[in-house]
Amino acid sequence: MAPTHHRTRTAALGLAGALALTGCSAVGGGTDAGEGTDGGTVTLVTHESFGLAEGILEQFEQDTGLTVEIVQQADSGALVNQLVLTKDAPLGDLVYGVDNTFASRALDEGVVVPAEVTAPAAQDAAAYAVPGDDGALTAIDVGDVCMNVDLTWFEEQGVEPPETFEDLTAPQYADLTVVPDPVTSSPGLAFVLATIGRFGEDGWLDYWADLRDNGLQVADGWSEAYYTDFSGGGGEGPRPVVLSYASSPPFTVPEGGDEPTTAALLGTCFRQVEYAGVLAGADNPEGAAQLLDFLLSDEVQADIPTSMYMYPVSSSVELPEDWASWAPLSDEPYDVAPADVAEHREAWLEDWSATVVG
Amino acid sequence: MTLLDRRVTPAAARGPAADRRASVGRTLGWAAAAGVPLAFLGVFFAWPVAEIVGRGFVTDGVLDLSGVGEVLGRPRTWRILGQTLTQAALGTAGSLLLGIPGAYLLHRCRFPGRDALRAVVTVPFVLPTVVVGVAFRSLLVDGGMLGGLGLDGTLAAIVLALVFFNYAVVVRTVGGLWERLDPRAEQAARSLGASPWRAFRTVTLPALAPAIASAASLTFLFCATAFGTVLVLGGRRFGTVETEIWVQTTQYLDLRAAAVLSVLQLVVVAGALAAAARARARTERALDLGEPVGTAHPVRWRDPVDVTAVVVTAVTVVGLLALPLVNLVVRSLRTPTGWGLDHYAALALPADTLRVTPLAAAVTSLRVALDATVIALVVGGLVALVVSRRPRRPVLRRAVGGLDAVMMLPLGVSAVTVGFGFLVAMDAPFGLDVDLRTSGVLVPVAQAVVAVPLVVRTVLPVLRAVDPRLREVAATLGAPPGRVLRTVDLAMAVRSLGLALGLAFAASLGEFGATSFLARPENPTLPVVVFRLIGRPGAESYGTALAAAVLLAALTAAVVAVCERLRTPGVGGSW
Repeated sequence: MAPTHHRTRTAALGLAGALALTGCSAVGGGTDAGEGTDGGTVTLVTHESFGLAEGILEQFEQDTGLTVEIVQQADSGALVNQLVLTKDAPLGDLVYGVDNTFASRALDEGVVVPAEVTAPAAQDAAAYAVPGDDGALTAIDVGDVCMNVDLTWFEEQGVEPPETFEDLTAPQYADLTVVPDPVTSSPGLAFVLATIGRFGEDGWLDYWADLRDNGLQVADGWSEAYYTDFSGGGGEGPRPVVLSYASSPPFTVPEGGDEPTTAALLGTCFRQVEYAGVLAGADNPEGAAQLLDFLLSDEVQADIPTSMYMYPVSSSVELPEDWASWAPLSDEPYDVAPADVAEHREAWLEDWSATVVG
Repeated sequence: MTLLDRRVTPAAARGPAADRRASVGRTLGWAAAAGVPLAFLGVFFAWPVAEIVGRGFVTDGVLDLSGVGEVLGRPRTWRILGQTLTQAALGTAGSLLLGIPGAYLLHRCRFPGRDALRAVVTVPFVLPTVVVGVAFRSLLVDGGMLGGLGLDGTLAAIVLALVFFNYAVVVRTVGGLWERLDPRAEQAARSLGASPWRAFRTVTLPALAPAIASAASLTFLFCATAFGTVLVLGGRRFGTVETEIWVQTTQYLDLRAAAVLSVLQLVVVAGALAAAARARARTERALDLGEPVGTAHPVRWRDPVDVTAVVVTAVTVVGLLALPLVNLVVRSLRTPTGWGLDHYAALALPADTLRVTPLAAAVTSLRVALDATVIALVVGGLVALVVSRRPRRPVLRRAVGGLDAVMMLPLGVSAVTVGFGFLVAMDAPFGLDVDLRTSGVLVPVAQAVVAVPLVVRTVLPVLRAVDPRLREVAATLGAPPGRVLRTVDLAMAVRSLGLALGLAFAASLGEFGATSFLARPENPTLPVVVFRLIGRPGAESYGTALAAAVLLAALTAAVVAVCERLRTPGVGGSW
């Protein structure tokens, strides 16, 4: 009997502990800090990669009296589609994270409405405006999706790393490249667009057929490709060429070293632009406009590289030192008109799937 | 026997009026017991799913079924359907083949460390697929420990991963019944000269059949709707109906195609459920259930049955379950400068811009899982209770069977369909001014929807095996219906509730599919944090993600171990 009693006590203690830990929750613990400020609430709808350094949003709340709520949904493609679906009852007031591959869909569906932007960086943002857009989407940051190479691997093998699109189809680079699937990953889609920008609508599929024949590996998403198949950057996979970002190399500077062990191939980049916009039917459009201005302020713009791994659109803030040295943006990125993307995305992806995945 | 034959019931003795009143009361009671779960499922599952699937079939306010012919006319649809069925069938077969010996060893035999092992085998069930992808694939890629096998990107790899995830489902559902089977029937068969295999085949296996059918239908549903596992390990080449629905919905916003595929998936699932129900109905019968501890025996090294179970389980646990888990732990200990606990220390820090520490997310996860478990136990318990009855009237019997099948459906409908359904249905449910989509209340509810079938399938085989004569005897002796429920059904069920509790808790701890489609304001759960961390550049984020996954695994093992203790005799009875 003694063991039974002992067990009873252990179990009871365990249960009590679990209940104490969870505060005996019936949907508990969800009280919103900061509620009750007078300026009302503004809800930001964004993707999973959104984040700002501690204190930045809090400062905004203090300055404006607004309470910021954040609703984070999936990746940027799914985000736009969710906004389209919930158009009649929007999830919030402002969206951040619509990129140029989905911008036209957001505009065509009337998900966002024009708003006046007064921040000084609005000038810089205007340079990235979607053609034909009358101010409904405001560019917040940009980035380049490019092939990355593991310099250490190539040095150890005594092979020169590839540099161009064409190099990747050359026999000496057979079985070395991994890319994320463009249907399930947004950088993957960006790279397909880079090849369309480079080879044109008539030539890009042939290029992919060559890549496939040269032993291309397709992974499900960016993290799969980077951490499982790629040999650099903390992964231990077999392949030294991976699709990633121009901003990835600074993250591979080894402890105590001063140079990254990977490099981006700046001739293979697609320029990604991320936009924000006030949602049609927002409860608090004024608050949304204030928050939009704030995203273009120097504080947020300067924080974007370290928090979201993108480059600010503002020309008045400085890049972190290691970015300035090791993560320059491409001088000649490829781009495809957002309207073209909106029109052909599904067809292109189906063609791509038929050619590469089979 | 004579007692029963005479059917001297107290109700009859009380006279017709009282009898009618009691009968009306009983009917109302059962209606309420069935109504609560149906209402729950109706609001939080059927309605959102109908909303989103409906959008696929209605264009500009007019019913448009042209998508059906179009999607069913694509050769790709049939290829995908074939792949779904193949993967699910192989995954189920593998899980049963390895899981039944595991259930025997872990629930019929005694050996040191058994409780710990029971907790450990449950861990894979909750791990986020993105982490399992890393843990699995880094073993299988060229240059990985098992790279020489050439399994990377093959059907075999997917099936192995499906077994990895679902092994615990079989071990626990089958083991839950097995440990309570009276061993004397098998012993009698063997003392009469039957070989161990023959005794197993002719005596034990038929008694276990309902639990095996339960486990098989659960596993089949989990395999047929596996999403991350398939994409991470096989890519879209091995795409299933589930992955196709995800692509059509989230990437193409082709609701028409998604709706047709969702219905197709529902048909497959309903077929599987019907087949499982028939298999169960054919084999179910009252059993002599004993105390779990009374039936366990120390491992007998001379008994071929025991030895086989030990060998199969050892190979499975070491080769299939432990290897990826150990790989995960090893990688979480690797720092940029060597080995250390740096990534674990990072769990207490706000992970750069996440605004919460992974530890805080772990507490959120526990809290949400507790809510989800309570909901699932109430709802699932009621379902199991109602479904365990076999009313005499055929209409009622069919209704009971229908309730059983309906409550399983959430496992068979894609998470993206449910998630998008929530988004379009829950902005102002019933005209109420509460936006459930962003409130966070839906997270435990969504997890409970997934956990309910687990509760039903673990409690039901035990309840059904309760000899109805026990209830009749109790009633004959004058116990009112409530008392019969308490002393017979609840007493039997409470012992299997510990098991259900553990599985439901584990399922909601690891749930990511439906959760990931719900708007989560400031407090993400641990699987969500793992997912966000692993999507960030830098070896540190990656390491922290792996450490957080190990934390999730450890939490699961701890929770299951506690539930394990809750169900030992002496505790269950006094609960």
